[in-house]
Amino acid sequence: MFDFVSFIPRAIVQGIPLLFGCTGETLTEKSGNLNLGLPGVMYVGGISGVIGAFLYEQSVGSAGVNGFLAVFIPLICCLLGSLLMGLLYCFLTVTLRANQNVTGLAMTTFGVGFGNFFGGSLIKLSGADVPSIALSATSACFKKSLPFASNLGWFGKIFLSYGFLAYVAVIIAFVCAYVLKRTKVGLHLRAVGESPNTADAAGINVNKYKYMATCIGCMIAGLGGLYYVMDYACGVWSNDAFGDRGWLALALVIFTIWKPNVAVFASILFGGLYILYLFIPTGMNLAVKELYKMLPYVVTIIVLVISSMRNKRENQPPASLGLAYFREER
Amino acid sequence: MDNKTPAVRMRNITKTFGPVVANDKVWLDIYRGEILALLGENGSGKTTLMNMLSGIYFPDEGEISIDGKEVVIRSPKDAFDLGIGMIHQHFKLVDVLTAAENIVLGLNEPGRLDLEKVAERVRGICQAYGFEVDPYQKIYDMSVSQKQTVEIIKVLYRGADILILDEPTAVLTPQETDKLFAVLRNMRDDGKAIVIITHKLHEVEDLSDRVAVLRHGQFIGDMPTKTTNAQEMTNMMVGHAVTLNIDRPEPVNPKPRIEVKNLTVRSIDGVLKLDDVSFTANSGEILGIAGISGCGQKELLEAIAGLQPVESGSISYIEDNGEKEELIGKDPLAIADMGVSLSFVPEDRLGMGLVANMDLADNMMLRSFRRGKGFFTDRKSPRKLAQEVVADLEVKTPSIATPVRRLSGGNVQKVLVGREIASAPTVLLTAYAVRGLDINSSYTIYDLINRQKQAGVAVIYVGEDLDVLLELADRILVLCGGKVSGIVEGRGAQKRDVGMMMTRLGGKNADE
Amino acid sequence: MNKQNKGPLVHIVKRAALPWYGSWGIRALAILLALVACALVTTVTTGENPIAVYAAMIDGAFGTVRKTWITFQNVAILLCISLAVTPAFRMRFWNIGAEGQTLIGCLATASCMILLADKVPNWLLICVMVVAAIVAGAVWGMIPAIFKAKWNTNETLFTLMMNYVATQLVAFFVIYWEVPKGAGKIGIINQSSELGWLPQLGNKYLLSIVVVAIVTVLMYLYLNYSKHGYEIAVVGESERTARYVGIKVEKVIVRTMVVSGAVCGLAGLLLVGGINHTVTTTIVGGRGFTAVMVSWLAKFNPIFMVFTSLLLVFLERGAGEIATDFGLNHSFGDILTGIILFFIIGCEFFINYKISFRKAAGKEE
Repeated sequence: MFDFVSFIPRAIVQGIPLLFGCTGETLTEKSGNLNLGLPGVMYVGGISGVIGAFLYEQSVGSAGVNGFLAVFIPLICCLLGSLLMGLLYCFLTVTLRANQNVTGLAMTTFGVGFGNFFGGSLIKLSGADVPSIALSATSACFKKSLPFASNLGWFGKIFLSYGFLAYVAVIIAFVCAYVLKRTKVGLHLRAVGESPNTADAAGINVNKYKYMATCIGCMIAGLGGLYYVMDYACGVWSNDAFGDRGWLALALVIFTIWKPNVAVFASILFGGLYILYLFIPTGMNLAVKELYKMLPYVVTIIVLVISSMRNKRENQPPASLGLAYFREER
Repeated sequence: MDNKTPAVRMRNITKTFGPVVANDKVWLDIYRGEILALLGENGSGKTTLMNMLSGIYFPDEGEISIDGKEVVIRSPKDAFDLGIGMIHQHFKLVDVLTAAENIVLGLNEPGRLDLEKVAERVRGICQAYGFEVDPYQKIYDMSVSQKQTVEIIKVLYRGADILILDEPTAVLTPQETDKLFAVLRNMRDDGKAIVIITHKLHEVEDLSDRVAVLRHGQFIGDMPTKTTNAQEMTNMMVGHAVTLNIDRPEPVNPKPRIEVKNLTVRSIDGVLKLDDVSFTANSGEILGIAGISGCGQKELLEAIAGLQPVESGSISYIEDNGEKEELIGKDPLAIADMGVSLSFVPEDRLGMGLVANMDLADNMMLRSFRRGKGFFTDRKSPRKLAQEVVADLEVKTPSIATPVRRLSGGNVQKVLVGREIASAPTVLLTAYAVRGLDINSSYTIYDLINRQKQAGVAVIYVGEDLDVLLELADRILVLCGGKVSGIVEGRGAQKRDVGMMMTRLGGKNADE
Repeated sequence: MNKQNKGPLVHIVKRAALPWYGSWGIRALAILLALVACALVTTVTTGENPIAVYAAMIDGAFGTVRKTWITFQNVAILLCISLAVTPAFRMRFWNIGAEGQTLIGCLATASCMILLADKVPNWLLICVMVVAAIVAGAVWGMIPAIFKAKWNTNETLFTLMMNYVATQLVAFFVIYWEVPKGAGKIGIINQSSELGWLPQLGNKYLLSIVVVAIVTVLMYLYLNYSKHGYEIAVVGESERTARYVGIKVEKVIVRTMVVSGAVCGLAGLLLVGGINHTVTTTIVGGRGFTAVMVSWLAKFNPIFMVFTSLLLVFLERGAGEIATDFGLNHSFGDILTGIILFFIIGCEFFINYKISFRKAAGKEE
């Protein structure tokens, strides 16, 4: 019998970093910016949080950790780090109108390098013999779940057993969905991504919206990196451990046809596909497990193909995605 | 009128785009309670001037004052705040949003977004002026005139009292035009200042109180419409007295060349574009095609050129010896392989006929690059052809290595036409061949087309200017809503009759 | 007289065109500034003397004859993959799947080496390897192209996902063929017999360099002088124009991606058959993505790509040297690469646009 009670929570914790990344990138793409630097941004978000937590733990010693500060400092560091990445991307693509694909890829190179470099430096500073840093005290604060959750059996395990960032991810996703669909800001943002010309003529400050959406999107995505280190990985940073989740989050954006509320469920589905190989009995044949790991990618391809075949107007990417805007273009 | 403060006063406005001077020290006054027609040929800088008023462009030099106060319009938002609203020729609407969403776009009314309330107000405006629009309909589901209506409501919704309309009638049927004009007169009587950009003289006479003329980016003059006439306005527009005289040599030995029978075409969305169209085009003759824009002209030419899937009917090419060959179901390559030399000058010159970023020589290769057996292309003959075209048609270009997007509209068209006739076609299709061209370039093009006709080519000429069609074409096929409204002899045809046929099937004296 | 009579402070207009020395001057200046910025970052984050760090980087890339050979070999592989993605980019087909296309070429090569080593003569084995690698890469490139041509399926994402499918496929076979059992890796294939190893030209580095040099020239001719190359350019600029002159756009898309994939497959062949003699999931090492930048920085010109790939390989090799010399982390090179790229990307703006500042407060110019 398939063990749903242990499968679902694991799928969810796998899905949360993707959800952060996907929500952030959706906001960004709605403004017409295709940020292929997302993996880099999530790395920077993660390592910035780690640096903050590391410095804090070092200064007070792991015994004297104050719960509030232990959460607050990494959180601020993470948001700041990813904000800077967002500003960099915007400066290059919006102000300087550089090619978005190339800028994004360069940001990924930079961001992943940044993460691994500082990760490596901290590992050296902490003098550990394993190539990782453990921030267990900080992580404990991030992972704190409701005290009575464990008493509620399967219900508690499936719904209440997560650290606060997981709930934040879901809330942010729903808020973004609401903002995009029901508010003026969302309407303006959609117009900017669809047709910056029109938005501009309507008196919307296109560059401001692009900056705002991309920077906020990057900050949300950065939280995904933070969640991964502090909650999923129990405060252990090791280089390259975050892997290709950033790319997967990019795929998820298209998979969810630019709807953050759909992303909540799709990210859990993806998380599930990501770890399904652990739950499928394959006996001693380890090789087959590698094939199961292909699932999320194959599913994305299938969804991509089907949605392009159906070709419904509402399900298309923002029309000006990937294009720089210059008002006086002739 | 002289002692009134103008609603808008523009002084010494200059705007350049790279080496092109679009506006050169332009003066313009716009008054309330008046409809001003801004008249000028295409490319004379009308739209650029108005774009500076609506905040799309920022002038290089000059001052703008509103109601006597000097202002700076940095962005469309500034323009709205000053009560200026512009309805662009290319609609500024977001396709995937609804009418109501488009209308409130960019407005920062306090409170949350309440589309219900917006829809209510939109219905109110519709009622006041007799518009018909469903606020919840998505733009991509709308017809052109519905989209224009949304644009106008958008401006009214913002309480604009200075309205600028950029060639609003180009896409409308006569009935729709009348309706629009009635609305505009209402607004004028309401005390609004209205500017209508146009190059159609009869609209100026019909609607405006005052007319201002631009030529080559310069302000030529303005006067009350009552005191002027079409001839004077034309002279001001083109700079010298023009006689609209186009050569029309007699057809040489006309023989049927293209025979279209019962052609029916639907667009991708399933809209009927051509309905049971039949006609014959003869060699050595110009067949003009008249009709309001969007009546199937584009589809007709593209169907003949093998670019448009056809629902039913037949298009045959008739050889000199009378042999017929079917063109339907063949793409341009297959048609060329049959030995049919068919040239097509499409409406969208830089987006379809030419590659904007390639230079003249590379653009010459578009038709001929497959020639020769080898794997590599022949670069020499296109270069030679480019040089010939530049020399023969007096194309103004720094060199043949200049990307065609850098050329002016007239020169672009000369390059395109030059290439198309270089292949010695037997059929020449042209769509709006002189659109956006100055008078001299237009005459060069007419001349080229006439020479093709005399060489025995079957020319199909789609035009928008009836006066030109009546002077140039040997026969005129009039389309109305995708149907053949009638075919008339070019010689002796009356403009009024053809105009009637464009708007109503059969008109009143369709012959043949 | 009126306080608000001010235009925008900065005003940006598109430049007509810059003479070649102007644009290259700006690029050179950008690289110079980037090096200064990198020096600052180096000093601030590591406390090392930047001059020493740069010297170490040059030493790392060209310090000894062997290091220089390895650098050029790496340039060859990166250049090969960059050449592969270029036809697709010229067609505005955003192929970021070169990683997977190369990897699948590697896998095909390795499979031949493992399965056929003792069954066919060595010359035949090598022929089969060449064909298999090229076909595998071509197929991997063709799959997204078919869907793009038929249904306009987003190629950026499709090719990206194909990378991971390829990675997992390799992961599967690595475990399937692992030597020894439980090691989780294949190890050097045919180490003693050297069956299926590509022949050496003089030394073990030269073969890849020569092959890629030939491919560079061929690709240059293909893109600039062949009928196919012309069709690619037309399709990239305007699909409507392409259809108008009777170019079958779908066919061109698929054909171009087959070429793209095939050259990637060739890179895979060189990697496995000529250099590493093994296959791992990370054998391509992100070159598929770096290639995008190499190609773009060179404005899709195969000859310029020689220099841009050299720049990026130099940074990577140099960074490796810093890592050992100064005890820094290898990833420091990625940071420097990123900074230099940002500067180069940003400087394009100053090539394409002109900024004019509003003249001082006076209202008349």
